[in-house]
Amino acid sequence: MKSFVFPEFQIIRDEESCGQCRGCERQCAFGTHTYDPAADRIVSDESKCVGCQRCVIFCPKDAIVVRPSPSFYRPNASWSREKIEDLKRQAETGGVLLTGCGSDKPFRIYWDHIVLNASQVTNPSLDPLREPMELRTFLGRKPDLMEISSDSGEVEIRTELYPNLVVETPILFSAMSYGAISYNAFRSLATAACRSKTYFNTGEGGLPFEMRDEFGRCAIVQVASGRFGIDAEYLNTAQAVEIKVGQGAKPGIGGHLPGEKVSASVAETRMIPQGTDAISPAPHHDIYSIEDLATLIGALKEATNYEKPISVKIAAVHNFAAIASGIVRAGADIIAIDGLRGGTGAAPKAIRDNVGIPTELAISSLDRRLREEGIRNRCSIIAAGGIRCSSDIIKAIALGADAVYIGSAALIAMGCTLCQKCYTGKCNWGICTQDPRLSGRLNVEIASMRLSNLISAWSHEIREMLGGMGINALESLRGNRDHLRGVGLYDWELDVLGIKGAGE
Amino acid sequence: MARAVVSERSPIADQVEEEMMASEIDASNLETRELNDRLRDLMLSGKRKVSISNICGQRYIGTRLYSQNRLRMEIEIFGTPGNDLAAFLYGHTIAVHGNAQDGVGNTMDGGEVIVKGRAGDVLGFSMRGGEIYVRESCGYRTALHMKEYEGKRPVLVVGGRSQDFLGEYMAGGIVIVLDLEGQTHQANFIGTGMHGGVIYLRGSVEQHQVGDQVEISPVDEADRAVLDQYVSRFVERFPELGMDKEEIMGSSFVRLTPRSKRPYSNLYAY
Repeated sequence: MKSFVFPEFQIIRDEESCGQCRGCERQCAFGTHTYDPAADRIVSDESKCVGCQRCVIFCPKDAIVVRPSPSFYRPNASWSREKIEDLKRQAETGGVLLTGCGSDKPFRIYWDHIVLNASQVTNPSLDPLREPMELRTFLGRKPDLMEISSDSGEVEIRTELYPNLVVETPILFSAMSYGAISYNAFRSLATAACRSKTYFNTGEGGLPFEMRDEFGRCAIVQVASGRFGIDAEYLNTAQAVEIKVGQGAKPGIGGHLPGEKVSASVAETRMIPQGTDAISPAPHHDIYSIEDLATLIGALKEATNYEKPISVKIAAVHNFAAIASGIVRAGADIIAIDGLRGGTGAAPKAIRDNVGIPTELAISSLDRRLREEGIRNRCSIIAAGGIRCSSDIIKAIALGADAVYIGSAALIAMGCTLCQKCYTGKCNWGICTQDPRLSGRLNVEIASMRLSNLISAWSHEIREMLGGMGINALESLRGNRDHLRGVGLYDWELDVLGIKGAGE
Repeated sequence: MARAVVSERSPIADQVEEEMMASEIDASNLETRELNDRLRDLMLSGKRKVSISNICGQRYIGTRLYSQNRLRMEIEIFGTPGNDLAAFLYGHTIAVHGNAQDGVGNTMDGGEVIVKGRAGDVLGFSMRGGEIYVRESCGYRTALHMKEYEGKRPVLVVGGRSQDFLGEYMAGGIVIVLDLEGQTHQANFIGTGMHGGVIYLRGSVEQHQVGDQVEISPVDEADRAVLDQYVSRFVERFPELGMDKEEIMGSSFVRLTPRSKRPYSNLYAY
């Protein structure tokens, strides 16, 4: 069937600069560029281009420009180009529209409407180059009361403490499974997490056996509805276990890792036959209630000898704060809350762009709810979904989060350009693919260094902003909404965020 | 279940050693966590056999028995254990003299569970290794998303019948439902979303009782060999039934298998 969708991108090649080296042809797994020997020039099929910019960045002569196609349908406020083309694709295939990465729709980004405080004259600001600044964060349940003795001059904690994760900076790598991302991308995250004294999350695809000894010390392992790759060793090798109930990019639905991505090594790690679809059902079919969730949390605590905190990850949806309260009462030590703009390797577009609520509002609602109920100390909050820079993180913490998960940001550090074609398995950047030719492009040493650099840069910026507010420990900022003001927000938004308007 | 001992020593020395390695727990006044603390301590101290009496609802029995050097125990339970018996079980053997509740063998990795009675809902959920034998019937959502990888193939044999959603999303393993009382299978939604593994039912089942993804076919010689093996083991484990294998194997069976390993491959627009 002839496709009525016109190319999304236009490719302009400077024929004078182009040396016909065919580098662009090799770089593109989608087959956009080919060499025409008769004409001795490279020709491009724009209909295949996904706009990932791999060829542009790797062209030794800087001869290529890829930009949005200037072709347009008659402008129509209701029928945008995207709406028309999505409809055409479905008319041509009869299928559900898939997409990757977080939602790109113009929902209000609250981070950009919140400003931070700084000290002036009184309560002088601190210089993080001179003063010790504490970013260390403990994730997990805290006791209701702490009994301390200092009899012999030594301060001693008498209360028995619950197991906690210790991170030196409040930034963790979000769950991205081996299978969804390549082995090299997965290993780069693990390497960087260990080096930067934080944690990576295995996602639901298991932890390759040969990585367990080396990277278990900085791993959070996931137990999701598909229960892939789970055995007692997997649970015990990690430092925390996370039950994945929901994901911000696709609340309420499960996932299918297509059989093409289930390579021999992915199959071994997930413990399923090669080439079968790895299906994660929408719910955990052993969890239909808070009581059932409590049973699984209990089972995981038993399986790990009560030595590790148990996290529950949910998507931020309308009444999630009440559910989160139940989750805390069910025994969760950490709640990971994933908002509307959270990323994914594959999700139906209709779900990704229409279901869930923004992370910023969710953090504040959850923190407030748990405080009002007097159970905030019983769990830590990790916020996820749409964290782009250090100031987003510091705002998340002031709104009540203990730490954040970064997913898309970590992938961008490794080379991702958010082309949203993760679900095709042809990622030219070697991140979201199981094709060895493509994943080999991602060098673990370099990618992990880029990740560690990012963590270190952001941590330093967080110290700077803290110092500017006259605060020397992140702990003092947590839930401290007095340090935030809103700009250009409605009253109801300020109320949900629990912050005042600027100037108030 | 006597321990197989190959030894040059006198039978008495073996007996003494066996007694030293065996232990008993009275669970009358023990909470779940205390009971499982005891079990773990016994495993770490080298006990190979434990008998637990007066069990009443304690959960997660067997779950905390992970050890890096893969220690193994045989556990006998008298009474009714609570939910998630043998969840994540790592190669131990558990025999229940009584009924079991929900979640038996949840995400079980290896070992064996024998229930001399009936089991509740979500039996063998996401089980990926080992064997479970239930003398009587079981509840809803049995063998849901059971899966296999190469040599690791979980097996579940149920003497009675299962209720709805048997083998939903099943991705591997073998399930055998014997309906020994011949009441006929009444379950619906059998094998919905099934994409691996095999279910054998003694007797027959109607097309409307199974999911769209399921193919019903008669058993062949290879299937009979599989059935023979596990029906023999079932009969051995429940001598009180007074049944012999031939009696069961003389009946007709049907085989349920997935039509595709990839039930959702045509769902999406690329």
